[in-house]
Amino acid sequence: MRIPSSPALQPAPRSASASGRALRRFLRLFAGAGRDLAPLIGVVAFFQFVIFRQPLPDFESILLGLVFVVLGLAMFIHGLETSLFPIGEDMANALTAKASVPWLLVFAFGLGFGTTVAEPALIAVAGEAGKIAAEAGMIEATPAAIEHWSNRLRQVVAVSVGSSIVLGVMRIIRGWPIHFIVIGGYMVVLVMTAFTPPEFVGIAYDAGGVTTSTITVPLVAALGVGLSTGIRGRSPVTDGFGMIALASLFPIIFVLGYGMVS
Amino acid sequence: MTGIGQAAADLAPALLQTLSDVLPIILLLFVFQIVVLRRPLRHPGRKLIGLGYVVAGLALFGAGLESALFPLGRSMAAQLTAPDFLGLAEGEMGPPSAYLWVYVFAAAIGFATTVAEPALITVSIKAEQVSAGTIRAFPLRLAVALGVAVGVALGTYRIVSGTPLHWYIMAGYLLVAAQTIWAQRVMIPIAYDSGGVTTSTVTVPVVSALGISLAAAIPGRSPLVDGFGLIAFASLFPIISVLAYAWTAAWLLRYRRWTRRRERTS
Repeated sequence: MRIPSSPALQPAPRSASASGRALRRFLRLFAGAGRDLAPLIGVVAFFQFVIFRQPLPDFESILLGLVFVVLGLAMFIHGLETSLFPIGEDMANALTAKASVPWLLVFAFGLGFGTTVAEPALIAVAGEAGKIAAEAGMIEATPAAIEHWSNRLRQVVAVSVGSSIVLGVMRIIRGWPIHFIVIGGYMVVLVMTAFTPPEFVGIAYDAGGVTTSTITVPLVAALGVGLSTGIRGRSPVTDGFGMIALASLFPIIFVLGYGMVS
Repeated sequence: MTGIGQAAADLAPALLQTLSDVLPIILLLFVFQIVVLRRPLRHPGRKLIGLGYVVAGLALFGAGLESALFPLGRSMAAQLTAPDFLGLAEGEMGPPSAYLWVYVFAAAIGFATTVAEPALITVSIKAEQVSAGTIRAFPLRLAVALGVAVGVALGTYRIVSGTPLHWYIMAGYLLVAAQTIWAQRVMIPIAYDSGGVTTSTVTVPVVSALGISLAAAIPGRSPLVDGFGLIAFASLFPIISVLAYAWTAAWLLRYRRWTRRRERTS
Protein backbone atom coordinates (compact mmCIF):
# COMPACT_ATOMS: atom_id res chain seq x y z
CA MET A 1 0.00 0.00 0.00
CA ARG A 2 1.36 3.39 -0.93
CA ILE A 3 0.51 6.65 0.62
CA PRO A 4 -0.63 9.13 -2.01
CA SER A 5 1.16 12.44 -1.73
CA SER A 6 -1.03 15.25 -2.99
CA PRO A 7 0.60 18.48 -4.22
CA ALA A 8 -0.87 20.32 -1.21
CA LEU A 9 1.31 18.24 1.11
CA GLN A 10 4.59 19.08 -0.58
CA PRO A 11 6.73 21.39 1.55
CA ALA A 12 6.62 24.09 -1.12
CA PRO A 13 7.00 27.37 0.85
CA ARG A 14 10.28 26.53 2.60
CA SER A 15 12.00 24.58 -0.15
CA ALA A 16 11.26 27.16 -2.83
CA SER A 17 13.91 29.38 -1.28
CA ALA A 18 16.38 26.52 -0.86
CA SER A 19 18.10 24.87 -3.80
CA GLY A 20 16.60 22.09 -5.91
CA ARG A 21 19.07 19.67 -4.43
CA ALA A 22 17.61 20.21 -0.98
CA LEU A 23 14.14 19.50 -2.35
CA ARG A 24 15.30 16.27 -3.97
CA ARG A 25 16.97 15.21 -0.74
CA PHE A 26 13.79 15.97 1.15
CA LEU A 27 11.72 13.90 -1.27
CA ARG A 28 14.15 11.04 -0.77
CA LEU A 29 13.67 11.34 2.99
CA PHE A 30 9.92 11.41 2.44
CA ALA A 31 10.16 8.17 0.47
CA GLY A 32 12.44 6.76 3.17
CA ALA A 33 9.93 7.55 5.93
CA GLY A 34 7.22 5.95 3.80
CA ARG A 35 9.39 2.86 3.42
CA ASP A 36 9.84 2.68 7.21
CA LEU A 37 6.10 2.57 7.55
CA ALA A 38 5.48 0.08 4.72
CA PRO A 39 6.16 -3.19 6.66
CA LEU A 40 3.83 -2.06 9.43
CA ILE A 41 1.09 -1.21 6.95
CA GLY A 42 1.66 -4.51 5.15
CA VAL A 43 1.18 -6.59 8.31
CA VAL A 44 -1.89 -4.61 9.40
CA ALA A 45 -3.42 -4.87 5.90
CA PHE A 46 -2.81 -8.64 5.82
CA PHE A 47 -4.56 -9.16 9.15
CA GLN A 48 -7.38 -6.82 8.21
CA PHE A 49 -8.24 -8.43 4.88
CA VAL A 50 -7.14 -12.06 5.30
CA ILE A 51 -7.73 -12.80 8.99
CA PHE A 52 -10.47 -10.40 10.16
CA ARG A 53 -12.05 -9.94 6.70
CA GLN A 54 -13.53 -6.56 7.52
CA PRO A 55 -12.59 -2.96 6.66
CA LEU A 56 -10.32 -1.12 9.11
CA PRO A 57 -12.34 1.07 11.50
CA ASP A 58 -11.72 4.85 11.09
CA PHE A 59 -9.82 4.16 7.88
CA GLU A 60 -9.90 7.78 6.65
CA SER A 61 -8.55 9.44 9.76
CA ILE A 62 -5.87 6.75 10.16
CA LEU A 63 -4.76 7.27 6.56
CA LEU A 64 -4.57 11.03 7.09
CA GLY A 65 -2.64 10.47 10.31
CA LEU A 66 -0.19 8.18 8.52
CA VAL A 67 0.46 10.95 5.97
CA PHE A 68 1.17 13.26 8.93
CA VAL A 69 3.54 10.69 10.42
CA VAL A 70 5.48 10.23 7.17
CA LEU A 71 5.62 13.96 6.43
CA GLY A 72 6.48 14.80 10.04
CA LEU A 73 9.28 12.23 10.26
CA ALA A 74 10.71 13.31 6.90
CA MET A 75 10.76 16.99 7.96
CA PHE A 76 12.13 16.09 11.39
CA ILE A 77 15.01 14.03 9.98
CA HIS A 78 15.72 16.57 7.23
CA GLY A 79 15.89 19.30 9.88
CA LEU A 80 18.13 17.21 12.13
CA GLU A 81 20.52 16.49 9.27
CA THR A 82 20.85 20.13 8.29
CA SER A 83 21.03 21.64 11.80
CA LEU A 84 21.57 19.62 14.96
CA PHE A 85 23.57 16.70 13.57
CA PRO A 86 26.35 18.76 11.89
CA ILE A 87 26.63 21.09 14.91
CA GLY A 88 26.68 18.13 17.29
CA GLU A 89 29.27 16.19 15.28
CA ASP A 90 31.57 19.22 14.88
CA MET A 91 31.30 19.85 18.56
CA ALA A 92 31.93 16.24 19.56
CA ASN A 93 35.07 16.26 17.40
CA ALA A 94 36.26 19.64 18.68
CA LEU A 95 35.69 18.74 22.33
CA THR A 96 37.33 15.33 22.10
CA ALA A 97 40.32 16.87 20.32
CA LYS A 98 40.69 19.55 23.01
CA ALA A 99 40.50 16.78 25.66
CA SER A 100 39.20 18.98 28.46
CA VAL A 101 37.57 16.23 30.47
CA PRO A 102 35.25 18.31 32.72
CA TRP A 103 33.73 20.16 29.75
CA LEU A 104 33.44 16.87 27.91
CA LEU A 105 31.46 15.35 30.77
CA VAL A 106 29.18 18.41 31.01
CA PHE A 107 28.61 18.16 27.27
CA ALA A 108 27.95 14.41 27.50
CA PHE A 109 25.30 14.93 30.18
CA GLY A 110 23.64 17.78 28.29
CA LEU A 111 23.65 15.78 25.07
CA GLY A 112 21.97 12.77 26.69
CA PHE A 113 19.43 14.96 28.49
CA GLY A 114 18.62 17.22 25.54
CA THR A 115 18.25 14.50 22.93
CA THR A 116 16.06 12.38 25.21
CA VAL A 117 13.63 15.19 26.02
CA ALA A 118 13.16 15.72 22.27
CA GLU A 119 12.85 12.01 21.43
CA PRO A 120 9.45 11.46 19.70
CA ALA A 121 9.02 7.83 20.81
CA LEU A 122 9.49 8.81 24.46
CA ILE A 123 6.98 11.68 24.13
CA ALA A 124 4.50 9.11 22.78
CA VAL A 125 5.00 6.50 25.49
CA ALA A 126 5.14 8.99 28.38
CA GLY A 127 1.88 10.57 27.22
CA GLU A 128 0.21 7.17 27.00
CA ALA A 129 1.57 6.20 30.43
CA GLY A 130 0.13 9.41 31.89
CA LYS A 131 -3.33 8.62 30.52
CA ILE A 132 -3.21 5.05 31.83
CA ALA A 133 -2.01 6.23 35.25
CA ALA A 134 -4.95 8.66 35.41
CA GLU A 135 -7.43 5.95 34.38
CA ALA A 136 -6.06 3.70 37.11
CA GLY A 137 -6.54 6.46 39.68
CA MET A 138 -2.82 6.83 40.43
CA ILE A 139 -2.89 10.54 39.54
CA GLU A 140 -5.72 13.04 39.04
CA ALA A 141 -7.56 12.62 35.75
CA THR A 142 -7.15 16.24 34.60
CA PRO A 143 -5.16 17.10 31.43
CA ALA A 144 -2.85 19.32 33.50
CA ALA A 145 -2.07 16.57 36.02
CA ILE A 146 -1.48 14.04 33.23
CA GLU A 147 0.84 16.42 31.37
CA HIS A 148 2.72 17.24 34.57
CA TRP A 149 3.16 13.54 35.35
CA SER A 150 4.33 12.56 31.88
CA ASN A 151 6.70 15.54 31.63
CA ARG A 152 8.18 14.57 35.00
CA LEU A 153 8.61 11.00 33.77
CA ARG A 154 10.42 12.25 30.67
CA GLN A 155 12.71 14.44 32.77
CA VAL A 156 13.63 11.47 34.97
CA VAL A 157 14.43 9.43 31.87
CA ALA A 158 16.40 12.33 30.36
CA VAL A 159 18.52 12.71 33.52
CA SER A 160 19.17 8.97 33.44
CA VAL A 161 20.29 9.02 29.79
CA GLY A 162 22.51 12.05 30.53
CA SER A 163 24.15 10.12 33.39
CA SER A 164 24.58 7.05 31.21
CA ILE A 165 26.39 9.07 28.51
CA VAL A 166 28.70 10.49 31.20
CA LEU A 167 29.49 6.95 32.34
CA GLY A 168 29.89 5.87 28.72
CA VAL A 169 32.45 8.63 28.13
CA MET A 170 34.30 7.72 31.34
CA ARG A 171 34.27 4.10 30.20
CA ILE A 172 35.90 4.96 26.88
CA ILE A 173 38.51 7.22 28.54
CA ARG A 174 39.41 4.67 31.21
CA GLY A 175 38.82 1.57 29.09
CA TRP A 176 36.41 -0.16 31.49
CA PRO A 177 34.85 -3.32 29.95
CA ILE A 178 31.20 -2.83 29.06
CA HIS A 179 29.80 -6.18 30.15
CA PHE A 180 30.69 -5.76 33.84
CA ILE A 181 28.77 -2.48 33.94
CA VAL A 182 25.77 -3.87 32.06
CA ILE A 183 25.51 -7.13 34.01
CA GLY A 184 26.08 -5.30 37.32
CA GLY A 185 23.41 -2.80 36.29
CA TYR A 186 20.86 -5.51 35.68
CA MET A 187 21.61 -6.98 39.13
CA VAL A 188 20.69 -3.55 40.53
CA VAL A 189 17.49 -3.60 38.42
CA LEU A 190 16.59 -7.04 39.81
CA VAL A 191 16.99 -5.90 43.41
CA MET A 192 15.14 -2.62 42.85
CA THR A 193 12.21 -4.38 41.11
CA ALA A 194 11.43 -6.17 44.37
CA PHE A 195 10.94 -2.83 46.17
CA THR A 196 9.13 -0.86 43.45
CA PRO A 197 5.31 -0.63 43.21
CA PRO A 198 4.21 -2.97 40.37
CA GLU A 199 2.59 -0.10 38.42
CA PHE A 200 6.04 1.34 37.73
CA VAL A 201 7.85 -1.85 36.73
CA GLY A 202 6.44 -2.13 33.20
CA ILE A 203 6.90 1.58 32.44
CA ALA A 204 10.45 1.49 33.80
CA TYR A 205 11.46 -1.52 31.72
CA ASP A 206 9.94 0.03 28.59
CA ALA A 207 11.69 3.36 29.21
CA GLY A 208 14.97 1.59 28.53
CA GLY A 209 14.05 0.67 24.97
CA VAL A 210 12.23 3.86 24.09
CA THR A 211 14.99 6.36 24.75
CA THR A 212 17.35 5.27 22.04
CA SER A 213 16.03 6.19 18.62
CA THR A 214 15.86 9.04 16.15
CA ILE A 215 17.86 11.88 17.76
CA THR A 216 19.81 10.16 20.51
CA VAL A 217 21.51 7.38 18.55
CA PRO A 218 23.26 9.44 15.82
CA LEU A 219 24.48 12.19 18.18
CA VAL A 220 25.62 9.81 20.91
CA ALA A 221 27.29 7.56 18.33
CA ALA A 222 29.14 10.61 16.94
CA LEU A 223 30.44 11.38 20.42
CA GLY A 224 31.49 7.78 21.02
CA VAL A 225 33.25 7.41 17.69
CA GLY A 226 34.94 10.83 18.03
CA LEU A 227 36.20 9.92 21.49
CA SER A 228 37.52 6.47 20.68
CA THR A 229 39.24 7.77 17.54
CA GLY A 230 40.94 10.53 19.54
CA ILE A 231 42.25 8.38 22.40
CA ARG A 232 45.20 6.14 21.71
CA GLY A 233 44.54 2.42 22.21
CA ARG A 234 40.79 2.72 21.68
CA SER A 235 39.12 1.51 18.53
CA PRO A 236 36.03 3.29 17.21
CA VAL A 237 34.36 0.02 16.30
CA THR A 238 34.64 -1.80 19.61
CA ASP A 239 34.65 1.17 22.00
CA GLY A 240 32.30 3.39 20.00
CA PHE A 241 29.62 0.73 20.41
CA GLY A 242 28.20 0.09 23.83
CA MET A 243 27.07 3.65 24.56
CA ILE A 244 23.51 2.77 23.52
CA ALA A 245 23.50 -0.25 25.82
CA LEU A 246 24.16 2.01 28.82
CA ALA A 247 21.52 4.47 27.61
CA SER A 248 19.03 1.58 27.64
CA LEU A 249 20.01 0.40 31.12
CA PHE A 250 20.05 3.62 33.16
CA PRO A 251 16.45 4.70 32.46
CA ILE A 252 15.22 1.42 34.00
CA ILE A 253 17.14 2.08 37.21
CA PHE A 254 16.10 5.74 37.44
CA VAL A 255 12.39 5.17 36.71
CA LEU A 256 12.31 2.29 39.25
CA GLY A 257 13.92 4.68 41.74
CA TYR A 258 11.37 7.35 40.84
CA GLY A 259 8.58 4.82 41.45
CA MET A 260 10.03 3.98 44.87
CA VAL A 261 10.16 7.58 46.10
CA SER A 262 6.94 8.93 44.53
CA MET B 1 -13.66 14.38 7.38
CA THR B 2 -13.55 15.65 10.93
CA GLY B 3 -9.96 14.51 11.11
CA ILE B 4 -8.49 17.54 9.30
CA GLY B 5 -10.19 20.19 11.48
CA GLN B 6 -9.31 18.32 14.65
CA ALA B 7 -5.72 17.85 13.59
CA ALA B 8 -5.36 21.53 12.68
CA ALA B 9 -6.76 22.53 16.09
CA ASP B 10 -4.28 20.18 17.76
CA LEU B 11 -1.34 21.59 15.85
CA ALA B 12 -1.03 25.07 17.43
CA PRO B 13 -0.48 23.99 21.07
CA ALA B 14 1.53 21.04 19.75
CA LEU B 15 3.96 23.46 18.10
CA LEU B 16 4.54 25.26 21.41
CA GLN B 17 5.01 22.00 23.30
CA THR B 18 7.41 20.79 20.62
CA LEU B 19 9.44 23.98 20.83
CA SER B 20 9.97 23.39 24.55
CA ASP B 21 10.91 19.75 23.83
CA VAL B 22 13.69 20.76 21.44
CA LEU B 23 14.86 23.77 23.46
CA PRO B 24 17.34 21.94 25.78
CA ILE B 25 19.37 20.41 22.96
CA ILE B 26 19.40 23.67 20.98
CA LEU B 27 20.52 25.63 24.06
CA LEU B 28 23.25 23.09 24.79
CA LEU B 29 24.69 23.21 21.29
CA PHE B 30 24.58 27.01 21.00
CA VAL B 31 25.99 27.66 24.47
CA PHE B 32 28.86 25.25 23.85
CA GLN B 33 29.50 26.79 20.44
CA ILE B 34 29.84 30.26 21.93
CA VAL B 35 31.25 29.68 25.45
CA VAL B 36 33.51 26.66 25.04
CA LEU B 37 34.51 26.54 21.38
CA ARG B 38 34.29 30.36 20.90
CA ARG B 39 33.63 29.94 17.20
CA PRO B 40 30.89 31.48 15.12
CA LEU B 41 28.35 29.05 13.68
CA ARG B 42 28.85 28.12 10.04
CA HIS B 43 25.81 28.61 7.78
CA PRO B 44 23.60 30.08 10.54
CA GLY B 45 20.70 30.72 8.13
CA ARG B 46 20.56 27.17 6.84
CA LYS B 47 20.74 25.82 10.40
CA LEU B 48 17.88 28.05 11.52
CA ILE B 49 15.71 26.72 8.68
CA GLY B 50 16.75 23.20 9.70
CA LEU B 51 15.56 23.87 13.24
CA GLY B 52 12.24 25.07 11.83
CA TYR B 53 11.92 21.72 10.08
CA VAL B 54 12.75 19.86 13.31
CA VAL B 55 10.01 21.64 15.27
CA ALA B 56 7.37 21.47 12.52
CA GLY B 57 8.18 17.82 11.78
CA LEU B 58 7.97 16.80 15.42
CA ALA B 59 4.60 18.57 15.82
CA LEU B 60 3.23 16.90 12.67
CA PHE B 61 4.49 13.53 13.86
CA GLY B 62 2.73 14.10 17.19
CA ALA B 63 -0.54 14.84 15.42
CA GLY B 64 -0.17 11.70 13.27
CA LEU B 65 0.66 9.70 16.38
CA GLU B 66 -2.69 10.57 17.97
CA SER B 67 -4.77 10.05 14.83
CA ALA B 68 -2.98 7.04 13.27
CA LEU B 69 -0.34 5.08 15.16
CA PHE B 70 -2.10 4.80 18.53
CA PRO B 71 -5.53 4.08 16.98
CA LEU B 72 -3.92 1.46 14.75
CA GLY B 73 -2.46 -0.39 17.75
CA ARG B 74 -5.73 -0.08 19.69
CA SER B 75 -7.88 -1.19 16.81
CA MET B 76 -5.74 -4.26 16.12
CA ALA B 77 -5.83 -5.22 19.80
CA ALA B 78 -9.61 -4.77 19.91
CA GLN B 79 -10.15 -6.95 16.83
CA LEU B 80 -7.70 -9.63 17.98
CA THR B 81 -9.45 -9.96 21.34
CA ALA B 82 -13.07 -9.57 20.16
CA PRO B 83 -15.14 -12.41 21.72
CA ASP B 84 -16.68 -13.22 18.30
CA PHE B 85 -13.26 -13.61 16.73
CA LEU B 86 -12.01 -15.81 19.58
CA GLY B 87 -15.23 -17.81 19.88
CA LEU B 88 -15.64 -16.93 23.55
CA ALA B 89 -18.62 -15.57 25.49
CA GLU B 90 -18.64 -11.85 26.37
CA GLY B 91 -16.30 -11.24 29.34
CA GLU B 92 -15.03 -14.82 29.33
CA MET B 93 -11.30 -15.37 29.80
CA GLY B 94 -10.01 -18.05 27.45
CA PRO B 95 -6.88 -20.15 28.03
CA PRO B 96 -3.67 -18.53 26.73
CA SER B 97 -3.84 -20.84 23.70
CA ALA B 98 -7.10 -19.20 22.59
CA TYR B 99 -5.18 -16.01 21.81
CA LEU B 100 -2.90 -17.59 19.19
CA TRP B 101 -3.55 -14.85 16.57
CA VAL B 102 -2.38 -12.22 19.07
CA TYR B 103 1.05 -13.88 19.23
CA VAL B 104 1.18 -14.33 15.45
CA PHE B 105 0.35 -10.65 14.92
CA ALA B 106 2.90 -9.54 17.51
CA ALA B 107 5.63 -11.67 15.91
CA ALA B 108 4.76 -10.43 12.42
CA ILE B 109 4.86 -6.77 13.49
CA GLY B 110 8.15 -7.30 15.33
CA PHE B 111 9.81 -9.08 12.41
CA ALA B 112 8.54 -6.86 9.60
CA THR B 113 9.34 -3.53 11.22
CA THR B 114 12.82 -4.63 12.32
CA VAL B 115 14.21 -6.35 9.24
CA ALA B 116 13.88 -3.15 7.16
CA GLU B 117 15.04 -0.77 9.91
CA PRO B 118 17.75 1.58 8.47
CA ALA B 119 19.69 1.87 11.75
CA LEU B 120 19.94 -1.92 11.90
CA ILE B 121 21.21 -2.14 8.31
CA THR B 122 24.04 0.27 9.19
CA VAL B 123 24.94 -1.64 12.35
CA SER B 124 24.95 -5.02 10.60
CA ILE B 125 27.26 -3.82 7.82
CA LYS B 126 29.63 -2.43 10.43
CA ALA B 127 29.49 -5.72 12.34
CA GLU B 128 30.43 -7.67 9.21
CA GLN B 129 33.56 -5.53 8.86
CA VAL B 130 34.53 -5.80 12.54
CA SER B 131 34.11 -9.56 12.79
CA ALA B 132 36.62 -10.31 9.99
CA GLY B 133 34.16 -12.38 8.01
CA THR B 134 32.64 -14.69 10.61
CA ILE B 135 29.49 -12.54 10.83
CA ARG B 136 27.49 -11.74 7.69
CA ALA B 137 25.33 -8.64 7.50
CA PHE B 138 22.11 -10.22 6.23
CA PRO B 139 21.94 -13.22 8.61
CA LEU B 140 22.70 -10.79 11.43
CA ARG B 141 19.71 -8.66 10.43
CA LEU B 142 17.58 -11.84 10.31
CA ALA B 143 18.82 -12.79 13.77
CA VAL B 144 17.87 -9.38 15.19
CA ALA B 145 14.46 -9.42 13.49
CA LEU B 146 13.73 -12.96 14.72
CA GLY B 147 14.80 -11.88 18.21
CA VAL B 148 12.34 -8.98 18.13
CA ALA B 149 9.59 -11.23 16.74
CA VAL B 150 10.03 -13.85 19.48
CA GLY B 151 10.38 -11.09 22.09
CA VAL B 152 7.18 -9.22 21.20
CA ALA B 153 5.22 -12.47 20.82
CA LEU B 154 6.40 -13.68 24.22
CA GLY B 155 5.58 -10.25 25.62
CA THR B 156 1.98 -10.54 24.44
CA TYR B 157 1.83 -14.06 25.91
CA ARG B 158 2.92 -12.55 29.21
CA ILE B 159 0.12 -9.98 29.04
CA VAL B 160 -2.45 -12.69 28.22
CA SER B 161 -1.23 -15.03 30.96
CA GLY B 162 -0.69 -12.22 33.49
CA THR B 163 2.70 -13.47 34.73
CA PRO B 164 5.13 -10.94 36.26
CA LEU B 165 7.30 -9.06 33.79
CA HIS B 166 10.53 -9.21 35.78
CA TRP B 167 10.67 -13.04 35.70
CA TYR B 168 10.97 -12.97 31.94
CA ILE B 169 13.36 -10.03 31.80
CA MET B 170 15.61 -11.38 34.53
CA ALA B 171 15.71 -14.87 33.02
CA GLY B 172 16.59 -13.21 29.73
CA TYR B 173 19.45 -11.21 31.23
CA LEU B 174 20.80 -14.26 33.05
CA LEU B 175 20.92 -15.95 29.64
CA VAL B 176 22.66 -12.88 28.17
CA ALA B 177 25.19 -12.94 31.02
CA ALA B 178 25.93 -16.62 30.38
CA GLN B 179 26.22 -16.04 26.63
CA THR B 180 28.55 -13.08 27.22
CA ILE B 181 31.08 -15.36 28.92
CA TRP B 182 31.43 -17.48 25.77
CA ALA B 183 31.06 -14.68 23.21
CA GLN B 184 33.82 -13.20 21.05
CA ARG B 185 34.86 -9.91 22.63
CA VAL B 186 34.16 -7.77 19.54
CA MET B 187 30.60 -9.04 19.34
CA ILE B 188 29.59 -8.07 22.88
CA PRO B 189 29.05 -4.31 22.38
CA ILE B 190 27.46 -4.90 18.95
CA ALA B 191 24.98 -7.39 20.42
CA TYR B 192 24.15 -5.09 23.35
CA ASP B 193 23.57 -2.13 21.03
CA SER B 194 21.40 -4.12 18.62
CA GLY B 195 18.85 -4.32 21.42
CA GLY B 196 18.65 -0.54 21.52
CA VAL B 197 18.48 0.25 17.81
CA THR B 198 15.56 -2.03 16.97
CA THR B 199 12.82 -0.01 18.60
CA SER B 200 12.15 2.73 16.06
CA THR B 201 9.99 5.82 16.33
CA VAL B 202 7.21 4.33 14.22
CA THR B 203 7.17 0.91 15.89
CA VAL B 204 7.19 2.04 19.53
CA PRO B 205 3.77 3.79 19.56
CA VAL B 206 2.00 0.94 17.70
CA VAL B 207 3.54 -1.76 19.91
CA SER B 208 2.84 0.06 23.17
CA ALA B 209 -0.76 0.82 22.17
CA LEU B 210 -1.14 -2.87 21.30
CA GLY B 211 0.11 -3.93 24.76
CA ILE B 212 -2.00 -1.44 26.71
CA SER B 213 -5.17 -2.25 24.75
CA LEU B 214 -4.58 -6.00 25.07
CA ALA B 215 -4.31 -5.62 28.84
CA ALA B 216 -7.47 -3.51 28.85
CA ALA B 217 -9.42 -5.98 26.69
CA ILE B 218 -8.49 -9.21 28.46
CA PRO B 219 -10.58 -9.85 31.60
CA GLY B 220 -8.57 -9.68 34.81
CA ARG B 221 -5.60 -7.67 33.42
CA SER B 222 -4.75 -4.09 34.33
CA PRO B 223 -3.34 -1.78 31.63
CA LEU B 224 -1.03 -0.10 34.15
CA VAL B 225 0.49 -3.28 35.63
CA ASP B 226 0.30 -5.65 32.64
CA GLY B 227 0.11 -3.35 29.61
CA PHE B 228 3.70 -2.10 29.52
CA GLY B 229 6.75 -4.23 28.86
CA LEU B 230 6.54 -5.09 25.16
CA ILE B 231 9.32 -2.59 24.31
CA ALA B 232 11.49 -4.18 26.99
CA PHE B 233 11.01 -7.60 25.36
CA ALA B 234 11.79 -6.13 21.95
CA SER B 235 15.06 -4.72 23.31
CA LEU B 236 16.17 -7.82 25.21
CA PHE B 237 15.59 -10.69 22.79
CA PRO B 238 17.76 -9.39 19.92
CA ILE B 239 20.76 -9.44 22.30
CA ILE B 240 20.14 -13.14 22.92
CA SER B 241 19.63 -13.97 19.24
CA VAL B 242 22.67 -11.96 18.08
CA LEU B 243 24.97 -13.58 20.65
CA ALA B 244 23.57 -16.98 19.68
CA TYR B 245 24.13 -16.25 15.99
CA ALA B 246 27.70 -15.00 16.58
CA TRP B 247 28.51 -18.07 18.64
CA THR B 248 27.04 -20.42 16.00
CA ALA B 249 28.87 -18.64 13.17
CA ALA B 250 32.21 -18.82 15.00
CA TRP B 251 31.65 -22.50 15.83
CA LEU B 252 30.74 -23.33 12.21
CA LEU B 253 33.89 -21.60 10.98
CA ARG B 254 36.04 -23.58 13.42
CA TYR B 255 34.30 -26.81 12.47
CA ARG B 256 34.87 -26.21 8.75
CA ARG B 257 38.55 -25.41 9.29
CA TRP B 258 38.93 -28.51 11.41
CA THR B 259 37.36 -30.82 8.79
CA ARG B 260 39.47 -29.22 6.05
CA ARG B 261 42.62 -29.84 8.05
CA ARG B 262 41.65 -33.46 8.61
CA GLU B 263 41.04 -33.98 4.92
CA ARG B 264 44.45 -32.57 4.12
CA THR B 265 46.32 -34.73 6.67
CA SER B 266 44.56 -38.00 5.80
